[in-house]
This record gives sequence, structure tokens and C-alpha cells, in this order.
Amino acid sequence: MDCIIIDDEKMARVIIKTLCNEIDDLHISGEFSNAMQAMKFLNENTVDLIFLDIHMPNFSGLDFIKSLKNPPKIILTTSDTKFAIEAFEYDFILDYLVKPIKLPRFIKAIEKVNKQEISSKSKASQVKNTPDVENDFYINIDRRLIKIDLPSIYLIEAKGDYIKIKTENQDYTVHSTLKKIEEKLPESLFLKIHRSYIINLKKIVDIEDNSVLIKKDVIPVSRSKRPELMKRLDLL
Amino acid sequence: MEQPNLDYVNQLARGDESIKNELISIIKKEFPEEKKCYFESVEKKDFKIIEENVHRIKHKISILGLEKSYKIANEFEHNLRELSFLKKEEFEKSLMAISSYIETI
Repeated sequence: MDCIIIDDEKMARVIIKTLCNEIDDLHISGEFSNAMQAMKFLNENTVDLIFLDIHMPNFSGLDFIKSLKNPPKIILTTSDTKFAIEAFEYDFILDYLVKPIKLPRFIKAIEKVNKQEISSKSKASQVKNTPDVENDFYINIDRRLIKIDLPSIYLIEAKGDYIKIKTENQDYTVHSTLKKIEEKLPESLFLKIHRSYIINLKKIVDIEDNSVLIKKDVIPVSRSKRPELMKRLDLL
Repeated sequence: MEQPNLDYVNQLARGDESIKNELISIIKKEFPEEKKCYFESVEKKDFKIIEENVHRIKHKISILGLEKSYKIANEFEHNLRELSFLKKEEFEKSLMAISSYIETI
């Protein structure tokens, strides 16, 4: 998830950056000390989430919100709880963090964002014609296009600029990113459980604390992804 | 009077000295500047600017674990919106306490 931080206080920006570093999958694309700079950035870039301070001189967070044409999800960060009611009139404002922000509360806010992401994706997939879902894709290795049967994939691992696709029969190393391949995978079958791993949920052997055993590989599960993983499992 | 502390900073840094040092250095650099701006705005009796300065300092007060002072700062900020200096002296006592404390960290 790409995010930006808008806060006129350096201290606040450093705190949010520190908190973001605790969450896998949260990538800070930029930090801005005023909303105008952020507007310029958003004219040329898209982000998934904005951490926005409301109380800023000249152009306030609320002015900024009103000026957004296609607003991404927003988490407000401020000391002024009095703005909360007005802020929650907007659907894309998902939470409100009161400074000084503590890690457990921050994690809760990110979980809200993730939940909303899942629910909007599932709504979108209901709209889509589900029988059209692809069951395979091709990868390019040494100028050969190799067909990969999606259900045969049990693990995809990020390795620098490459990804390693592990299937029932063979492993393949491809020049790509987890983000790119994630878009091609059916959500019903695959889940990114860590910044470096996507797993096939049907291939899980067991789950223990913060790791899953998948075939013979023990894969770590990020703290922020654990609730989603548990939700997706068919528990007795 | 309650004493400033680094509980929040330590909690956030979770043993990472570089994060702790970065936060402390920001406090040490910014707080004196913000305090100076605050007193300058008081001199000018510009309520809007005083309020902005108090708001900015308020975050550092909360980071340094000064709960009562934070409450006072909130009240003072509110009073400034009403063009009143009520709670000014108490707020300024907190500033002095922070100034002395950051000399020691």
C-alpha cells in the first residue's frame, strides 16, 4: 500500500514514518510539510492512503480534503478531536488518530484500511463476471513463454528484482515484482502474508504463531496480515 | 509539578537508539524555536498566531508525557480562540519545565 504523510510538524512526520515501518506492505511514497506540496505530488502520482494532519497553517487538512477530486483513503492525525465529526462526513476518511499516536492504535487503523480494501475488492469481484477468471498465465524465461497453472503455485517469494514462483512440479525465477504478480492472481486462492511472500491458501499444511508451513517451507506471517489470514481460513 | 519523561519516545523506538536519538534531537532543536516564536507572538498579542504556536508546542508536551500540562495547553488554546489569556501563566510554567528537562537529555 503506497501512502503519503502530510503534517507541518517534522516530529509528527518522523513518528508516523516510524509507525509505518512497523507495518509490512506500507510504503511511504512521500512526506509533505504542507498540503499544497502534497496536491502537486498527487497531480502526478496516485497513492492508496494519506496520513493527514488537520490543523495546519494557511491550507488546513479540511481544505485539502475538500479540494481532492479522486480522494484515496485518508487517516486523520491531529490533536483536535473537535474536527472528528465533520471529518467523518467523508466516506474515504477511515479513521482518526489522536496525537501522540501509539503503535497498537496505529495498527488498528491500518487494519480498518485493509478491511475496507478487502470489502471493496470483493464488491468489485462480485460485479465482475466470475467465470472469466483466468486459470493460468505465461512467464518469460530465456525468451521462452512458459504456461503456469495457477492452482499448482503454492508459494511466490520476492528476491530483490526477481520473484521465485514455486509450483508442484518446478520452481521458476522471473524478473518481476510481487505487486505485479499479485494483480494476476485470484484473490480467492492467494494471499500476501508478508512483504516478501504470497501463498496459495489451499496449500497450507499448518499455522503456528507467526508462521505458516506450506509444503516444506516455513513462511513468516506479518502481524498486520495475520487477522486477514485467519479470516480467510475455513476454521472448524 | 509533573515531570517530563521519555516514556512515549522509548515506547515508539522499541530499543532502536537511532529512532530515539532522532526524536530527541528534533525536540531539542525545535522546542526552543517554537518557544521563542510563542513568546514573540505573545509580545505582538496576535491571538491567531499565539494559538498556532500553542498548538504546535502541545504535541511536544504530549510526547514528553506531561498529561496535566497538555490539558492546560488545550484549555489555553481554546481561551485564545476567545481572545483570552486565561491559563497563560500555567502554560508558560510547563514551557520552563520542558526547557530545563531538554538540557538534561
